[in-house]
Amino acid sequence: MAKKVAFLQGNEAAAHGAIYAGCNFFAGYPITPSTEVAEVCSLELPKLGGKFIQMEDEIGAMAAILGASLAGSKVLTATSGPGLSLKQELIGYGCIAEIPCVIYNVMRGGPSTGMPTGPSQSDVMAAKWGTHGDHPAILLVPASVQETYEEIIRAFNLSEKYRTPVMVMPDEIVAHMRERIVFPEPGEIEVVPRKAPTVPPEQYKPYDTSFGDVPPLASYGTGYKFHVTGLNKMQDGFPTTKAEIVQAEEERQVRKVNANVDDIVTFEEYLLDDAEVVVIAYGSTSRSARYAVNAAREQGIKAGMFRIKTFWPFPDKQIKALAGKVKGFVTPEMNLGMCTGEVERCAQGKVPVLGIFRVDGEPINPDQIVAKIKEVK
Amino acid sequence: MSRYELRFSGAGGQGLITAGIIMAKAASIYEGKQAVQSQSYGPEARGGASKSEVIISDGPIDYPKVTACDALLAMTQEACNKYSHDLKDGGVLLVDSDLVTTLPKGNFKTVAFPIINTAKNEVGREIVANIVALGAMVALTGQVSRENAEKAVLSSVPEAFLELNKKAFSMGYEKALAAKI
Amino acid sequence: MAFDYDKYIRPGKLPHIWCPGCGHGIVMKGLIRAIDSLQLDTKNTAIVSGIGCASRLPGYMDCCTLHTAHGRAAAFATGVKMAKPEMNVILVGGDGDGTAIGGNHFIHACRRNIDMTYIILNNKIYGMTGGQFSPATPTGAKASTTPYGNPDPPFDIAKLAIGAGATFVARGTAYHATQIDKLIAEAIQHKGFSVVEILDDCPTTYGRRNKFKSVIEMMNHLKETSVPVKAAEKMTAEQLQGKVLTGVLYKEEKPEYTTEYAKVIERAQAK
Repeated sequence: MAKKVAFLQGNEAAAHGAIYAGCNFFAGYPITPSTEVAEVCSLELPKLGGKFIQMEDEIGAMAAILGASLAGSKVLTATSGPGLSLKQELIGYGCIAEIPCVIYNVMRGGPSTGMPTGPSQSDVMAAKWGTHGDHPAILLVPASVQETYEEIIRAFNLSEKYRTPVMVMPDEIVAHMRERIVFPEPGEIEVVPRKAPTVPPEQYKPYDTSFGDVPPLASYGTGYKFHVTGLNKMQDGFPTTKAEIVQAEEERQVRKVNANVDDIVTFEEYLLDDAEVVVIAYGSTSRSARYAVNAAREQGIKAGMFRIKTFWPFPDKQIKALAGKVKGFVTPEMNLGMCTGEVERCAQGKVPVLGIFRVDGEPINPDQIVAKIKEVK
Repeated sequence: MSRYELRFSGAGGQGLITAGIIMAKAASIYEGKQAVQSQSYGPEARGGASKSEVIISDGPIDYPKVTACDALLAMTQEACNKYSHDLKDGGVLLVDSDLVTTLPKGNFKTVAFPIINTAKNEVGREIVANIVALGAMVALTGQVSRENAEKAVLSSVPEAFLELNKKAFSMGYEKALAAKI
Repeated sequence: MAFDYDKYIRPGKLPHIWCPGCGHGIVMKGLIRAIDSLQLDTKNTAIVSGIGCASRLPGYMDCCTLHTAHGRAAAFATGVKMAKPEMNVILVGGDGDGTAIGGNHFIHACRRNIDMTYIILNNKIYGMTGGQFSPATPTGAKASTTPYGNPDPPFDIAKLAIGAGATFVARGTAYHATQIDKLIAEAIQHKGFSVVEILDDCPTTYGRRNKFKSVIEMMNHLKETSVPVKAAEKMTAEQLQGKVLTGVLYKEEKPEYTTEYAKVIERAQAK
């Protein structure tokens, strides 16, 4: 049987992907340019017995998904730049209390209200550094409608596997453009379930590291009574200020992600075998970059592209290896150099890193990238 | 690789985003090609400048925006002035002749007929002007067959308005063919 | 036989953090008696709080407990209740947590009439941070940030809840310890969003600055300034000057949120 196809926006695909991943709870607050996710969830979730709630503000939406996740739901919220800023304290809560959840954020130029209807890629640093304190960060940056669908599923999987908030951030172009999408059959893409406790309630501890760096998480209302707090906690979930416990727990929370970068980090290599100039791009900008690389090749320039699919953890290893092989990097992005700084860190001064920064609400066009490729000597 | 770029432009509320979506849907779902539709919009739900861009290709589409326009629809003078600058040599410009009176000069074919008036007086409802325009764009660009475009129209509009939209589409298609010659 | 509180207290989690003379423990005992009188299944009961002295209460209770971020208890709890409507969801927190930083979540939880019970321990001060004035601090009172007297008018929390749409609103005091469990039990039994405001004392950061010589004096003040609603009916406006009403202040039956959402699901599935 032919697979089901549709012509969808990135935002619509995100909602459908979430449902494929088993999402059964959405809380949000209206914000351009991500609102279509809420609209689709409000329509589709109740059909499946799931829940949609429009909360009183962005913070409330973040709080509601964390509460619902602890009660056993697979949860999603959707927002954009200013909403992301508002949610940050509770994203940190999700990190320290280790609550699986997915935050879909259509990036917004700014700061503040910025340009709500224009494309931007300037939320990538907020994904890692927006909430205070040391914490793990996982950020996926899809570049097409199909990939948005698939990456939302991966976000749910990573969130359950590592018991931590995961963010998916398309830019407005990916969020609003429409493409054909082929829906996977049920079972075709793996859906990772929550790691449930294997011990009886009286022995259960929500942060029991005898089960490894990612302890099983019980759900409220299933017979397990446990305590959750945003304070630094012990393995039984209760607050502590004991130095050695706080140190160990903080380190574990970051380690559970950072020790598994090879499992989490994904990327695409395009014409890299003989490439002398490598464009490092993500999101819709990578589509301009691919066009530019092809155009440069036609002009006899050995150009290639390294496309970042997982922005956090950053693909340090891959970019460090490339830095030893190529003449230079070109880093187009719709911000003033957020990814470029990370690439410079990985390039360690071995090769030049030429940024192209646009924050005027217009996409970076392929000609700009071709011109910059030619600057690499 | 064949890459064909269309732009539907006019004022917010004229249904041009929908027209672009249906064109892209016709290409990617019914014609077996690949297509990407994107749009830019202001804060206004009605009025203001609105554009919807469609890229159609036989292979994967990377850059989703227009680089050099093959076909432009302009439903207001403002849109025509703003968006006709990158029309390709040999491209096609379709305008509503009642609303766009100052035509840009260039090495492209211009087709003009009263699109909104056709919808209002010949189809019977002004609201389907975008489908009249779509029919015309399908005829002028040849990127999707008439049948596939019609399928896309019918799968995109409410059931109660199938006949109205079918009529609007045909009217636009025929008028453009006549005007083209 | 004396009431056995221990079966609802998590072993090893006492002593609590509250100061001698603080009324929070009295309220916790009232909550425990209410849970016991209703025979609530603690495995199916979530107690959710924000930040502050009162918000430490859930940690001592042997239930599903969630100590959230400052002001966010009602929003977290809404997520829990929506996900598992069959659970009993009880919120506990202070006046600052619930009506200042959490004010928006509070009024919207009232508006939705979602079936949860919010116990607000109103000691008129931010105690944990050292005694700054809250939205419930009386005008003129001294706090660490009102050294010249409080210029702000206070909220009447019960009226706020009624105005926002809560369908059960009651008020008690820490002095009237034996009524607390009855008010809370009635609130929990009410189908809809119920608010129980308990006027409480903070001898350490409020009493000391506002000329209360002792905890007993603060408790007596709660006693002397409160009047049961029934008694108030027979009193003149003059007699009621400076008094607060206690008891069940408001009650009405209205559609409850999770029940209404179940109907949304039915409508969606019928299509």
